[in-house]
Amino acid sequence: MSLFAKRLSEVHKELREKKVSVTELVEASLARIREVDGKVKAFLHLDEEGAKRKAKELDEKIAKGEEWGLLFGLPAGIKDNIVTEGVVTTCASKILENYVPVYNATVMDKLNAADAVMVGKTNMDEFAMGGSTENSAFFDTHNPWDLERVPGGSSGGSAAAVAAGEVYFALGSDTGGSIRQPAAYCGVVGLKPTYGLVSRFGLVAFASSLDQIGPITKNVEDAAYVLQAIAGHDPYDSTSANVEIPDYLSALTGDVKGLKIGVPKEYIGEGLDAGVKDRIMEALRVLEKLGATWEEVSLPHTEYNVPTYYLIAPSEASSNLARYDGVRYGVRADNAENLIEMYKESRSKGLGPEVKRRIMLGTYALSSGYYDAYYKKAQQVRTLIKRDFEQLFATYDVIIGPTAPTPAFKLGEQVDDPLTMYLNDIYSIPVNLAGIPAISVPCGFVNGLPVGLQIMGKPFDEPTILRVAHAYEQATDHHKAKPQL
Amino acid sequence: MSISKEEVLHVANLARLHLTEEEVALYTKQLNDILNFAQKLNELDTEGIEPTSHPFRIVNVLREDEVRPSLSREDALRNAPDAEDGYFRVPAVLEG
Repeated sequence: MSLFAKRLSEVHKELREKKVSVTELVEASLARIREVDGKVKAFLHLDEEGAKRKAKELDEKIAKGEEWGLLFGLPAGIKDNIVTEGVVTTCASKILENYVPVYNATVMDKLNAADAVMVGKTNMDEFAMGGSTENSAFFDTHNPWDLERVPGGSSGGSAAAVAAGEVYFALGSDTGGSIRQPAAYCGVVGLKPTYGLVSRFGLVAFASSLDQIGPITKNVEDAAYVLQAIAGHDPYDSTSANVEIPDYLSALTGDVKGLKIGVPKEYIGEGLDAGVKDRIMEALRVLEKLGATWEEVSLPHTEYNVPTYYLIAPSEASSNLARYDGVRYGVRADNAENLIEMYKESRSKGLGPEVKRRIMLGTYALSSGYYDAYYKKAQQVRTLIKRDFEQLFATYDVIIGPTAPTPAFKLGEQVDDPLTMYLNDIYSIPVNLAGIPAISVPCGFVNGLPVGLQIMGKPFDEPTILRVAHAYEQATDHHKAKPQL
Repeated sequence: MSISKEEVLHVANLARLHLTEEEVALYTKQLNDILNFAQKLNELDTEGIEPTSHPFRIVNVLREDEVRPSLSREDALRNAPDAEDGYFRVPAVLEG
């Protein structure tokens, strides 16, 4: 456990000096999981055999003096909507509970090339639909800071696994906040890259124009390392951006002198928990001491974020989830008399209530007679939301605010009211609608619960948001705090 | 604008979902709540505004039309609930 608290360069130093082996790193991860995951329940499945086999291969690489990948030897947790060849991938849904992929997601190939070691697949809201991981068809994950509270979602398992010291880093996915919000709730770092920076090939699609894979880590430096390993154009993903990938690590200079920060007044006003607001304002003062300046600005379409997203995302989801019909993979209901009945039975038995709700919403919004009023209208408002950001970025380098309106809520508290759950995403959603990058970094506590500071940047300007997040982090102690498990 | 029970059943059929009586009542209410909330977008004048379907404009991402290795038939059928002679087997399509 203490090994995972060390800087990556220190872990690699210990590996080089043979003070520890990769096998021991993996054993430490598995031991920690055995120790605490009974309470946290971050993992859906472990691949102990695969992890130990990879560890052995990597230890041989050390012995032979071969070159190391960037993430050499680091145990990782992978969200279960990222396809892993030969290892069951369920998206936390009954309909895929027996699905074993015959290919690897591009990010998995990249992690393998970087010599990371996947230890297991982490829990999530079913098909990434949710903000608490309570929509998992299998079980709840518990927040390591307070086991009676949610870890956030949909990447709750990944965030909890990092917070609990079970893995060195994790991958999550983010469509409306699903990396950043659980990172905020669990007191860890979560980065959603610019849309198109990281390949979606092998990420089970929820909303194709919004989804992105990103790192969840204990500090900003680790997030930069993981991003370096997974970013890049992919010919298998036609929405993948053909841009040069910068050196993210060299961006961590610690210098924010002259940085211009915009803080949207809509993000620090009504609806924000008073304690969270205090943490945000304190963080801004830290950044000012480091030489940055901030001004209150406006994102005038903020109040339209949630309805826009909850028309666009379910519409895209209704199309993406049409493939779960029991024909080629996944669970099929038997005893259906004909094909249509088979589709209906398989889907009705295999898909959970939130998933069904969103499929219904999306199908309705796209249906003949309603398409213009709902889906097209939402797409037009999306343009207005995107423009708000473009206008601000003409003047400001980054936009800063809270990641979520409150800290983690209690398990069961919001399950009966989908609309309340949706409103938790108000500050995170516009980032996906605009396609810009954003990082959540721990900025303190409210009643013992972690709070996240969200730093949003220009498209493909991960270097700046990483620089700001890192400078802030290193000027405070929040990243050193660990939950008492 | 509210969605009726009949519309909910119609949408469920389009989405190939079976709903129980209970689910129909629950989803009718919840969808109405969400759609009423979505009415908010009508406060905005979007006349002449281009819809955004993707954050960044990429056009015609194509590759050379050349045959490349693909999934083997065995792999393609590996997760099939029911396969026979290299095909996915399904119940008969409804007639008429």
